[in-house]
Amino acid sequence: MSAFHPVHPLDPVPDLGGPRQPLLSVENLTKHFPLRGGFLGPKPVARAVDGISFSVAKGETLGVVGESGCGKSTTARLLMRLIEPDSGSVTFDGEAVGTRTGLSLRDLRRRMQMVFQDSYASLNPRLTIADSLAFAPMVHGVSRREATEVAGDLLGRVGLDPASFLRRYPHELSGGQRQRVNIARALALHPRLVILDEAVSALDKSVEAQVLNLLVELKNQFDLTYIFISHDLNVVHYIADRVLVMYLGKVAEVGPVEAIYGRPAHPYTRALFSARLSMDPDLRTMAVPLQGDPPNPINPPSGCRFRTRCPHAAPVCAAVEPALLDLGGGQAAACHLHDPQSGHPEAAHAA
Amino acid sequence: MPPESIPAAATDAAPAAAAPLLSVSGLTVSFDTPRGRASAINGVDFTLKRGELLCLLGESGSGKSVTLRALMRLLPERRSRVAGSVLLNGEDVYRLPERRMERLRGKAISMVFQEPMLALDPVYTIGQQIAETIVRHEGTSAAEAERRALELLEKVQIPSAKRRLHAYPHEMSGGMRQRAMIALALSCNPSLLLADEPTTALDATVQMQILLLLRQLQAELDMAVILVTHDIGVAAETADRVAVMYAGRFVELGSARQVLKDPRHPYTAGLLASTVQGDMRGRPLDTIPGAPPDLTALPPGCAYAPRCPYGDGSTLTASPPEVWLEPGRMARCVRAKAMAGATAVAD
Repeated sequence: MSAFHPVHPLDPVPDLGGPRQPLLSVENLTKHFPLRGGFLGPKPVARAVDGISFSVAKGETLGVVGESGCGKSTTARLLMRLIEPDSGSVTFDGEAVGTRTGLSLRDLRRRMQMVFQDSYASLNPRLTIADSLAFAPMVHGVSRREATEVAGDLLGRVGLDPASFLRRYPHELSGGQRQRVNIARALALHPRLVILDEAVSALDKSVEAQVLNLLVELKNQFDLTYIFISHDLNVVHYIADRVLVMYLGKVAEVGPVEAIYGRPAHPYTRALFSARLSMDPDLRTMAVPLQGDPPNPINPPSGCRFRTRCPHAAPVCAAVEPALLDLGGGQAAACHLHDPQSGHPEAAHAA
Repeated sequence: MPPESIPAAATDAAPAAAAPLLSVSGLTVSFDTPRGRASAINGVDFTLKRGELLCLLGESGSGKSVTLRALMRLLPERRSRVAGSVLLNGEDVYRLPERRMERLRGKAISMVFQEPMLALDPVYTIGQQIAETIVRHEGTSAAEAERRALELLEKVQIPSAKRRLHAYPHEMSGGMRQRAMIALALSCNPSLLLADEPTTALDATVQMQILLLLRQLQAELDMAVILVTHDIGVAAETADRVAVMYAGRFVELGSARQVLKDPRHPYTAGLLASTVQGDMRGRPLDTIPGAPPDLTALPPGCAYAPRCPYGDGSTLTASPPEVWLEPGRMARCVRAKAMAGATAVAD
């Protein structure tokens, strides 16, 4: 495909740091959204993402779970630089993102792409599928003819017949078909990392399964790394290698999927999992896993943010914010229960 | 995972004398759309007993929400054509004059919607909205109505109910609003509560709270409930009986246990098999190929035939008949008897 160019615009981006270097590492990423009001005193802010750190290894799927307002979608938008973080650093395969000397936005978007929940809102209704798919390659210097060829090839890869879909408009497609187009578009520049923000949540169950199978196939074909954001714990269990649990802008727990699902350490993770619906009418849930709704990120509780709903809350939880504590085997949780030095009355026997 | 378990209610071995609370027969609904007549409901028949919880389970466009709206006669009269009969306590809803119908809605039959923010009036407090309903339907004094409103907020377990009585919908969290919506729906002790995806917009932990609340209230008030959902888990957690809908028909009907553990329609089996569960890690999911049919151009035979793994390509000229496997247990498939022991979701 690239015989005439020394470096073709669509050649895959080469790996830099080797397999051991994380593809993405995030340090202390923070985003506070200013709110109206606050004439007297400090201006109120929504602490959407409040100092989170994590990394994504090459070739893995990191699942991100949490309830609404926990900051999962804001995190995705920060990583894509759709919004600018207030502070914190993001490093992509060893290269800094968003600094003067680091990766440019254009370079970043070649390496990282995103698929959104609303398949219709994310496509331009006035562009045919062919134009939508060819858009990014053309921006990166590919001729229209070649870009259209690429578009056809991509449609085939996501299971849509190019002959019948290239000239259609988004409104002529079903939700599942449109989401396939969005996935194809995300792959047009051969990215290394794809962020899937509730990408299958709006689909009917039978279609959701089709798209999940497709995502697994494409990951192998294109050697991709995924960040898979979802509120659906069953889907995350199915697709993720590691899981990040967020609560009110903070990381509550992170670890390999077997550890998080098998031995959840943070009381919030446990509560979230016990709120999963039973699929068996003979095994119904009898007790409410948690009282109340998630609190507001505008005025989060002091100390541990989960303490207002936590069955283990103690005075220390209000006073000291728990740090993410390594529990071994790649699992870490931000809870005083696991730190014998924390002064939490239940800490000793839990640890 | 759940600490204990209660079995779903046993199959309907109906006490012979009890007349059903609701009896729907031959219900069809179609809409005039720019693309032609869309056949949303194509013949729905069922009965519901007092105190029974029926889940309508189906994907988008299967007709589950339209069925609910048709029961309450809420479909826009100009654009929709409704036929068939809906008997509530022996009265045909579609033969009542509109004035009588208005008295029925909110009293004998009431509804909880998916998005409480859109269903509640933003300029009145929760207390005012509940009290208004009570005064309107029962002609009580304002003071008595407010006292009942407070009782209702306590019944749906809203903390500091007295204060919340004076709260506006936007001042409440999503879970609280849905509780308030339920309190409003219960304000005149309806004998039938319709709930349209009542927990779909809620977070997981809040969803479970609301489902447990609905289950508890239903038992306490001996109220019949029809709950519409696309989520098999919601049906498994709540339903006495489950009706699976596809292209505007019940394709399968039975107790929750029968339908979810021993599906007899290939669509139900496919839906159960394609629902993701953690223990399927590492292997491809079973999927239902294709997409639901276009309601403006339904095939004359079985609407599921084009996607059915058992379809043999022979064209049916009419929808397959209901096959009654036992009283209360139906599958609309020529293979209903042969499907015994097909895929089951639960262990």
